Amino acid sequence: MTTLIIISVLPIVILYLGLYKVQKALLPVTVVGLLAALGAAVMQWDNNAEPIYHGMMLFNNFSVAFSVVSIVSTILILLLSKGYFERISNHIAEYYAIILFSLVGIIVMVSYHNLTMLFIGIEIMSVSLYILAGIRKSDFASNEAALKYFLMGAFSTGFLLFGITLIYGSSGSFDLDVIRDWVVTHPRNIDPLFYTGIMLIIIGLCFKVGAAPFHFWTPDVYEGAPSLITLFMSTVVKVAGFAAFLRLFSACFLTIAGFWTPVLLVITIITLFIGNITALYQQSFKRMMAFSSISHAGYLLFAIVALGAGSANSIFVYATAYSIASIIAFGALILVRQQTGSDNFEGFNGLAKKNPFLALVLTVSMLSLAGIPLTAGFIGKFFMFSGALAHYNFWLVIIAVVNAIISIFYYFRVIIAMYFRSAERAEVEVPAYYKFVLGFSAVVTIVIGIYPTFISSLI
Amino acid sequence: MTVSILLFLPIVAALLVLLFKNETVKHAALFFALVELGIAAYFLAGFVPDASVQYAIDAPWIPKMGIYFSAGIDGISMIMVLLTTVLVPLIILTTYKHEYKNAKAFYALILFMQAGLLTVFTALDGFLFYVGWEAALIPIYFICALWGGENRIRINIKFFIYTFAGSLFMLLGIIYLYLQTPAKVYDLRGFYDLSLTLTQQSWVFWAFFIAFAIKMPIFPFHTWQPDTYTEAPSAGTMMLSGIMLKMGIYGVIRWLIPNAPAGFLQWQNLVIILSVIGIVYASLIAFNQKDGKRLVAYSSIAHVGLIAAGIFAWTTQGVQGAMIQMLSHGINVVGMFFIWDIISRRLNTRDISQMGGIAKVAPNFSIAFLIILLGTVALPLTNGFVGEFLLLKGVFNYNIWFAAVAGLTIIFGAVYMLRMYKNVMQGETNELTAIFTDISGSEKLVLGIICVLIIGIGVYPQPILHISEAAVTNLVNTVSAKFNNAQF
Repeated sequence: MTTLIIISVLPIVILYLGLYKVQKALLPVTVVGLLAALGAAVMQWDNNAEPIYHGMMLFNNFSVAFSVVSIVSTILILLLSKGYFERISNHIAEYYAIILFSLVGIIVMVSYHNLTMLFIGIEIMSVSLYILAGIRKSDFASNEAALKYFLMGAFSTGFLLFGITLIYGSSGSFDLDVIRDWVVTHPRNIDPLFYTGIMLIIIGLCFKVGAAPFHFWTPDVYEGAPSLITLFMSTVVKVAGFAAFLRLFSACFLTIAGFWTPVLLVITIITLFIGNITALYQQSFKRMMAFSSISHAGYLLFAIVALGAGSANSIFVYATAYSIASIIAFGALILVRQQTGSDNFEGFNGLAKKNPFLALVLTVSMLSLAGIPLTAGFIGKFFMFSGALAHYNFWLVIIAVVNAIISIFYYFRVIIAMYFRSAERAEVEVPAYYKFVLGFSAVVTIVIGIYPTFISSLI
Repeated sequence: MTVSILLFLPIVAALLVLLFKNETVKHAALFFALVELGIAAYFLAGFVPDASVQYAIDAPWIPKMGIYFSAGIDGISMIMVLLTTVLVPLIILTTYKHEYKNAKAFYALILFMQAGLLTVFTALDGFLFYVGWEAALIPIYFICALWGGENRIRINIKFFIYTFAGSLFMLLGIIYLYLQTPAKVYDLRGFYDLSLTLTQQSWVFWAFFIAFAIKMPIFPFHTWQPDTYTEAPSAGTMMLSGIMLKMGIYGVIRWLIPNAPAGFLQWQNLVIILSVIGIVYASLIAFNQKDGKRLVAYSSIAHVGLIAAGIFAWTTQGVQGAMIQMLSHGINVVGMFFIWDIISRRLNTRDISQMGGIAKVAPNFSIAFLIILLGTVALPLTNGFVGEFLLLKGVFNYNIWFAAVAGLTIIFGAVYMLRMYKNVMQGETNELTAIFTDISGSEKLVLGIICVLIIGIGVYPQPILHISEAAVTNLVNTVSAKFNNAQF
């Protein structure tokens, strides 16, 4: 709870700092505040927490773990923002504040114990994101992104809310425990409206995590929004969406998995293929990352399709690996784009000669996203495949393998461009902050890849 | 001392060579490779040739998932360790006359790949085996794609995707076996103790088979091989053909057949036929090759086809033949590719039809070429003969007709190899070949060592056969016992 309070107060402080024009203090204060929140979260570890505030919130290990991932990713993303926001806007304090407000929503999403809190968390997060997507006010693409995201987001939130209402109507409660008990005690005579509610919730949440066929907003929004905001949306927001998804389904609907598993199975398969095959045809690295993030949503759905004791941990490991690798990829993209002015793959040609460090960390990131052993991405995929195979979803895993093979093509395009194609180019200047974030992320990727023991049994 | 020192030293070495200058790094790489060879020799000296696993290490890695860092050396692994540790220094020596751009990275990748290869050959844990398998693939991809020929980008992505696809299916097979073990472990011995139904075993068989068939490669999974071999830098070709393809063969012996014996027996006929088709098919294509390196690449498919057929016949003799033939093929094919490396470096072409009469201007070279060639075509008293004889004996025991067709490889091989030798070395020296200078320095050393090994193993193969004999016999018996006990 301390975490939530710190992160809620922090943006207000930031806004005041902005008001008094202390631009230099914005980033340090934000980072220090987030570190304090991180410390508070870690203190909660293994406290055998009980639901608090009449069962509204529950800060158990699950929420601590996902809070930590979200906060650390946000810190890394904010470190990359040094000098970035100044270039595209005059109102820098608002950026930090809105991102932090969004993080408040995310913390609520990973620690809710009541469906109303889930809804409130998602709304706090989403409203902030609508603003962030459109924050380049004079930019056409950014405006389009914001409008699209807002319209589609409002629509999907409607579905979610309707679903929650139907579940309330059947079970008589918003509380996760009460709903679970109601499901367990009424195995034979569950109201059809309850099932409809589950369906609507699935639609609403699939929209938030960008799973097909509810993914249509992702490419345009991801491309139109400023790169760092895209990064924030495709990592922290997505991870929080999955954490919320998993929390609800593992807490309440586990016993009626036979009903919703086939639906999610179909969604997973469509998501994998659409994400991967469309990513193949992209010329823009940023758009490729947008589609690849759809396919990663597909892999993350594995843990929910094959719901079990290991699901939380699988999502945790996969999400960590994916977030870190994405941070590297977008960090490198921002630097390359500053130099070449384009998001295309050609912009990376010959990068290895001039910037061996940048090329190396980006290679680590691509290998991790592709799931090559000795990187964190492999461990994530390994957990997902193991979980799905344990539930005898053979065909699902075979489809996933086919998709993993397809993904090699587009991830390796970057590596090929950097190492094997040559181009006249000057050295890309890598600021110290970037060096730290990219280097740190690459090291974490490899450490998790080699020795995942410490992360593999957390939750 | 445990096998872990063998596995970690190349990784440390790969990092250390990065500290050297590009001009001196090859000496450092050679030094580390020789140290590795020294350790392997020390292991060999203390090795007891019974069926037991020695120098074993078994440390928790991800214990929650049943994953242990578990590796060791038995007779079968010992041969593979020898193969790797002998060939890597030789391959590094063959690069002494090359000037590679960014040489540090080149040698670091070779050493890193050695670590991956040795992990594959000694792993006793399914997860470790898979990690080693992929850890060997990444460096060779970069070696081939960074220092390769013109079409390297397109060809190497094909190579990578082919092998990666195969290995992912193998990963599924490994996870599946893990889920069946009562104790939920990735331990190989745990896998051996499983008794799966026939259907289960068939699935496991195919999951593993595709990975290994692509790696070797067996017809019809071979289409990546000739292009990749031809376009790779010569050291990369040697790593691929000399050592890496043995990962597939070793995998069949250790991971495929014992884990799914009934599944294997069900498909035995088919896979032997595929192997035999590969022999004939590759030999026929080799006849028409003008590019010497490509010819050797196809001949390699033919030889590997025979090794595969011998293993799939699954007799002690066949498997023993495969063991010694893996060693011999590694030595011979590295020699052969080095011969073509020397020729193409001097003449800037590999077109056989333009050559002739090199023997007159380069007598030492022609002797070495001839000895390696005789080893490759399996003349008695060369190393190739011992292995191919045992392999054919194995296939013969299984089916006489298969053996007859597989035996064609020796005749075919002799024809296209000798024809190549005639065209390149004999006849009149022409304008192109007149400038050919005889071998010297490091070239002499490498070819000399290879020739000694070819004749040495050919004349007295017993010590090497002895190393793996107990382990192979034990493995073959385990599998047949497992099959006899199972009720279907």
